[in-house]
Amino acid sequence: MNTTLERKEVKESANVEHQNDQRSVKISVRDLDLFYGENQALYQVSLDIREKEVTALIGPSGCGKSTFLRTLNRMNDLIDSVRINGDIHINGNNIYQSKDVIELRTKVGMVFQKPNLFPMSIYDNVAYGPRMQGIKNKKELNKIVEESLRGAAIWDEVKDRLKTSALGLSGGQQQRVCIARAIAMKPDVILMDEPTSALDPISTLKVEELIAHLKKDYTIVIVTHNMQQAARVSDKTAFFLNGEVIEFEQTDQIFSMPKDSRTEDYVTGRFG
Amino acid sequence: MRKFKDNLLLGLLWFGAFLTVAILLIIVGYIFYKGIGLINLDFIFGDYSPVGGGGIWPMIITTIYTIVISLVIATPVGILAAVYLQEYAKQGKLVRMIRFATESLTGIPSIIYGLFGAVFFVTTLAMGMSIISASLTLTIIVLPVIIRTTEEALKTVPASYREGSLALGSTKLQTLYKVILPSAMPGILSGIILSMGRIIGESAAIFLTAGTVAAMPEGIFSSARTLTVHSYLVTQESGDIELAAAIGIVLIVMILALNFAATFISKKLNKADY
Amino acid sequence: MPNPSEVKQTNKSNRLKYIMEFISEKLFLICALISVLSLFLIIGFVFFKGSNPFIADGYSFIDFIFGSDWIPSEDKYGIFPMIVASIYATIGALVIGVPIGLLTAIFLSEIAPKPIAKIISPAVQLLAGIPSVLYGVFGLAIIVPFLQNNLGLVKGQSLIAVILVLAIMMLPTIVTVAETAIRAVPKTYREGSLALGASPIGTIFKVVVPAAKSGIMAAIVLGLGRAIGETMAVILVAGNSLIIPTSLTDSVRPLTTNIALEMGYAYGTHQEMLFATGIVLFSFILILNFVLAKISSKGGK
Repeated sequence: MNTTLERKEVKESANVEHQNDQRSVKISVRDLDLFYGENQALYQVSLDIREKEVTALIGPSGCGKSTFLRTLNRMNDLIDSVRINGDIHINGNNIYQSKDVIELRTKVGMVFQKPNLFPMSIYDNVAYGPRMQGIKNKKELNKIVEESLRGAAIWDEVKDRLKTSALGLSGGQQQRVCIARAIAMKPDVILMDEPTSALDPISTLKVEELIAHLKKDYTIVIVTHNMQQAARVSDKTAFFLNGEVIEFEQTDQIFSMPKDSRTEDYVTGRFG
Repeated sequence: MRKFKDNLLLGLLWFGAFLTVAILLIIVGYIFYKGIGLINLDFIFGDYSPVGGGGIWPMIITTIYTIVISLVIATPVGILAAVYLQEYAKQGKLVRMIRFATESLTGIPSIIYGLFGAVFFVTTLAMGMSIISASLTLTIIVLPVIIRTTEEALKTVPASYREGSLALGSTKLQTLYKVILPSAMPGILSGIILSMGRIIGESAAIFLTAGTVAAMPEGIFSSARTLTVHSYLVTQESGDIELAAAIGIVLIVMILALNFAATFISKKLNKADY
Repeated sequence: MPNPSEVKQTNKSNRLKYIMEFISEKLFLICALISVLSLFLIIGFVFFKGSNPFIADGYSFIDFIFGSDWIPSEDKYGIFPMIVASIYATIGALVIGVPIGLLTAIFLSEIAPKPIAKIISPAVQLLAGIPSVLYGVFGLAIIVPFLQNNLGLVKGQSLIAVILVLAIMMLPTIVTVAETAIRAVPKTYREGSLALGASPIGTIFKVVVPAAKSGIMAAIVLGLGRAIGETMAVILVAGNSLIIPTSLTDSVRPLTTNIALEMGYAYGTHQEMLFATGIVLFSFILILNFVLAKISSKGGK
């Protein structure tokens, strides 16, 4: 009972916002339920993610935030037992009605918790996606690789060693090459699943600066455990608890005057 | 009393190990001692003559034929089957059945494979006693080996590679041949090399399907002898231990070389990873 | 908002990819089914051929199993002597090969100084790959004459020669697999036992070896499989007489050798009876594996 009430609240607040926000809705999620076999992991999630904003998803471990993130590029499809109800529209297209997962994933890039570069050279890693889309022209590839690495603010560090193994880079560098690899696909949306959890503080800072820079061109959804990070990088924040969205608001509001007591408990560090 | 018992057991352990090492050393030593006198270029590269002397070149060629033909078939089929089991199949009845069949094939003794090959390939498919009949039989023998080693190799490829590739909008097939198979290749290769060893060492199944003609094979439909069958026949028919031992040396050297190749390749894998 | 026509166009270029995905998955499935097909074909052909004399031609299966005369020219097909020979040879090889193999495995994993183990283990592993025919050649050249001279036999080819050759052949397999199993036992087990005042040797036999039991059983099963199925090495040292062995020095003909020796010239019922021999061998292996699995699961409790 409680949930439906709150969901309405969220919806209403989203609607209110829609009126005084000129940015258009990029991703619209309605009544999303997700099941792993018999276990329900997401309950009636509804939220609107706006274009060229950073949306942070926070909440304690196992609250469903990563699971939710992975519904946005259908990475959950890889797990046989997953079942989904509800709608997700990206750019107005219902992504679960379309059969074209490839198209979706080229438009919605993803950066993972741990850097997962392939055992190839830096160049081949960044050129991987475009090549898989059939781009063979060397000049074009060179251009894409350079642009993407510049976009990920790592070009200067790696430009002299593009042909060496990507696995020789430091963790922080690898993660930025992962971001370059995602940008190379020229996506609309970039999903980040705790992208700095495996990095040292300095590398984390660099990635955060990069996120602030990237939001000029991309819509970013980031899952994070680190509340300072959410406060630093995001425009909006959604607080997940036990598979539900408890609160979805402007980030400063979530952190300064949350409406729900559970959100307050979480952001002030009382649990989680 | 306890001390005595402990010492007795310790003595037993040393004795058992000593016995194993001694026996195996004696066998290898004896084969080299008996056979080394015959080994020379003429013996290895010479044509066979039934009236004493003569080389084993036809048998080496036949052995190579059986290795190449059976691997040309078993390698792609085995690798793709392993790919299906590891990367595509949903766990269920079908996968259990395939796994059960693969495991059962591993346990069947080679003489039964020989019986099957003799009636199926030789008679039913009318290929006759020939290199091709033997090779097809060997294909079934090494198929489970290749499937199992490939599966193990695929298991070592981190799941994050798959996710990373799929999240970039690649298909499973692209992910497979661009990322997964290259990463698993060293493991797959050492599996293939080990199956070569299995083929070289096989005798009973080949004996029943390739026949025993001791001449240079004219083609894959010729009956011919592999090295192991030759070694068996010269011992059985003429008691020529020296010749059998000399062939044994060639076989052991081949197996040694293959093992070194497999170790070398898997070492290279570790280097490539870091 | 994206241009709808643009979306459609991308779909088209991806359509080929989806078709390739579909085709490749089916192709991989077919490859996987080939091993199932092979197993069915093998079992089907061997059983079809081997059961034909009993179903179509009215031969008695009981006479086949318990008959002691195998004279194809007189239409007599009894394989009892071969069954007995196979059982004796296998049990004999187990009795000799398993203790020596296990002692070696325990030695290599627990007692041996590292440099020694590092040389011996890979060497033994390598010997598992040596063609089995060579063990037969060795048996004929060394073991058979030795038995002949020292036991005063007319013919050295005998049940005991088969047992010795099979036991030696099993050794590398048993040692390698059992050693891996024993090495996998966690260090904490040993430390726990030593801390309780048990002697190092006592710890090995009371704690480490029981902990590795399932791996050791696997080693025995694998060694056994190699012994029962072995054919060519056995022919060389068995003597191949068709009598029920009453002593270790009798010449014997196990099931496998019967098939290999006569398959070359057999036809008609004679050939089918060889397939029937194959079925018996096959069942033999299934039963032994089953029994061993039972023993090990019982021991596990």
